[in-house]
Amino acid sequence: MSNEAAIHPGVISHGFQEHQEAHHHHESFITKYIFSQDHKMIAKQYLITGMVWAFIGGLMSVLFRIQLGYPEATLPWLEDIFGHWAKGGKISPEFYYALVTMHGTILIFFVLTAGLSGTFANFLIPFQVGARDMASPFMNMLSYWFFVLSSIIMLSSLFIQTGPAAGGWTVYPPLSALGDASIGSKTGMDLWLISMALFVVSQLLAGLNYVSTILNMRTKGMTMTRLPLTVWGLFFTAILGLLSFPVLLSGFILLLFDRHLGTSFYLSDIVIAGKILPNEGGSSILYQHLFWFLGHPEVYIIILPTMGIVSEIMSINSRKPIFGYTAMVASLFAIAVLSFLVWAHHMFVTGMNPFLGSVFVLLTLLIAVPSSIKVFNWLTTLWRGNIRFTVGMLFSIGFVSNFISGGLTGIWVGNSTIDIHVHDTYFNIAHFHIVMGVSAFMGMFAGVYHWFPKMYGRYMNNTMGYIHFWVTLVCAYVIFWPMHYEGLAGMPRRYYDYSTWESFKQFVELNRVISFAAFVSFMAQILFLFNFFYSIFKGRKVTTKNPWGATTLEWTTPIRPGHGNWPGEIPEVHRWPYDYGKDGVDFISQTEPVSKNESGGH
Amino acid sequence: MVDMMSAQQNRIHPYKFNLWLGLAGIIMMFAGLTSAYIVKRSQPGWESFTLPMVFVFSTLMIIVSSVTIQMALKAFRAHRMERYRLFMALTVFLGVLFIVLQVVGFFRLQEMGMKMVGMGSNPAYSFVLAIAGLHIVHVLGGIVALLIILAKAFSTQKRNYDSVPVEIVTTYWHFVDILWVYIFLFFQLLH
Repeated sequence: MSNEAAIHPGVISHGFQEHQEAHHHHESFITKYIFSQDHKMIAKQYLITGMVWAFIGGLMSVLFRIQLGYPEATLPWLEDIFGHWAKGGKISPEFYYALVTMHGTILIFFVLTAGLSGTFANFLIPFQVGARDMASPFMNMLSYWFFVLSSIIMLSSLFIQTGPAAGGWTVYPPLSALGDASIGSKTGMDLWLISMALFVVSQLLAGLNYVSTILNMRTKGMTMTRLPLTVWGLFFTAILGLLSFPVLLSGFILLLFDRHLGTSFYLSDIVIAGKILPNEGGSSILYQHLFWFLGHPEVYIIILPTMGIVSEIMSINSRKPIFGYTAMVASLFAIAVLSFLVWAHHMFVTGMNPFLGSVFVLLTLLIAVPSSIKVFNWLTTLWRGNIRFTVGMLFSIGFVSNFISGGLTGIWVGNSTIDIHVHDTYFNIAHFHIVMGVSAFMGMFAGVYHWFPKMYGRYMNNTMGYIHFWVTLVCAYVIFWPMHYEGLAGMPRRYYDYSTWESFKQFVELNRVISFAAFVSFMAQILFLFNFFYSIFKGRKVTTKNPWGATTLEWTTPIRPGHGNWPGEIPEVHRWPYDYGKDGVDFISQTEPVSKNESGGH
Repeated sequence: MVDMMSAQQNRIHPYKFNLWLGLAGIIMMFAGLTSAYIVKRSQPGWESFTLPMVFVFSTLMIIVSSVTIQMALKAFRAHRMERYRLFMALTVFLGVLFIVLQVVGFFRLQEMGMKMVGMGSNPAYSFVLAIAGLHIVHVLGGIVALLIILAKAFSTQKRNYDSVPVEIVTTYWHFVDILWVYIFLFFQLLH
């Protein structure tokens, strides 16, 4: 089926241009900005919804950092805002637990999954493969609105009497399965599960569209080996999501059964407040298997899109071809396959057979190989490049820095012998925040700064961008570096007040430093938000089609492309996307036919 | 443009491809559930069971419905709309009958003292309810899709000979059929 037919089902038009103009006339405010089927608008919707969530999730971390940094302080304004959750100006233990739980849920799923791949897959896939829109624009719109519905339910859980889900973002049973077990296991947990079920539906609708578009809608000449690495990264992300999210859903369904139908999938021999429960024969470890079978691919769902984005931005701003394109694709593939075989490394302390554990250790450590290949290729792309330090480029370099720092500790926690010591401590917190939290944010910011001109026809402000970058980078290390020491000293995660423990009293001041850096870092993100919205309306206007001198197809469209992307025919592709500095030419667009006296290679 | 379209003609229709990817997702969900079942089976407290006869009848119904929908598709391709509507309606009927029989089966299990929910329930029977129940939800989705295209077939305003929606629904229907046969055999062999 041609791309035209996908956008205008039932009508095959040969003169697309006139058809497209006709289409624009009857586009109302609602079909253009709200129930839009245009991949570019859906991308922006995902991005802005993600920003709202990032603000909420970030603010939550600021609140619990107040508790961790200043456990003695009483701040009356907290009570003014949060009422009984902060009686006497102190965040209550239940509130604290709810905050860390929701912080994790929001950032991992709503920001770094939906906000990140929702934005860039929607924006870049049709542009970079040369398609007018997604394989099914309607399904694409549906996916966004399922995400909105899921968001509304999750948001509403923050305002109910018993508060949102609390029990850690992994919602392990039995705590999550029994409403009587804690206040955070009551209605908030049901809303959490329903919201997440809708979220899974949204991700599946989105993911199958992404895969289908990449495989079926490529323009003429766009072979798979000519795809930019961004598209490869998003491709593997979508496949991971398609295969792992349904398993999470099945885990949630069994949990809902246990909560409401009195079944015992996860429950056995439990006593709550002296009352013996009748449940028998269940196993809470079963949930952990189902959860981590998604949970581990999930971290790659977060990081693979940013790997693609960073590869692309680095190559453009080094004015050099990406080093080892094939190795980059192969390592993405290897990571995607391995990600399904390592889930039990989250469960080394569940009483697992040590021999089985050692298999998972081996498979986990194998991931270091493709990851290092990627790091070496990024570094060699930078090597002797003609580097332009745009804001996007700085964030890309920041991504690699964080990915190395966080990746190295992955080798530690991937070993069961070390993991048993540092499991559920701040060492682990530091590891995953750096390698998939900060890194993914760095990659996401890189993408936003880089493709903003394509999104809105204006540039973001550079000065604010540089401030944003340096403050974020420095704060990220000030926040998470000390956590490694705390974790090695045994400081457990999710505790409410460390100053009451003799062994952790020494860290009170260090915690205060971390909290301070967290506040500063949050301020820098506010600056980014201001810059983003300010630049949409007041930013410097883009005057050329291809401001970065890039080779990929999105820069061959008009500055503000309409629905359908190219006013005329879709350009044909003749070469791979990384012809920078070839034969002394600064860059050669993918649409340029290969000339006779060109040197070999791609 | 014409070149490009002919180049794309050999490719699978993107909607159909979307369906296959969606099916892969559904397979993963049931794979997750059935592997959870296998893990649980090897743990203490498991009670072995046999499914009541009514599930054999429901299985036969859904297999027959696969035949009728295939006939409907064949009729549609031959533009024999009368025949198409008849077989489509028959498929919907068999689908509803399948669901009714499944629910009867659940009650039969309950009567035989195999508690699926509530106090004293055993995970073995709860799994039957969860897995077969989730399958019913997928059949219901199929019935809704069937009703939509059936309504289109009865509409007098528009004549539509585009076979893609019919083909997609047919593929999906065969899928839920095969999925149930798999689940049925699974329960028979690993009870």
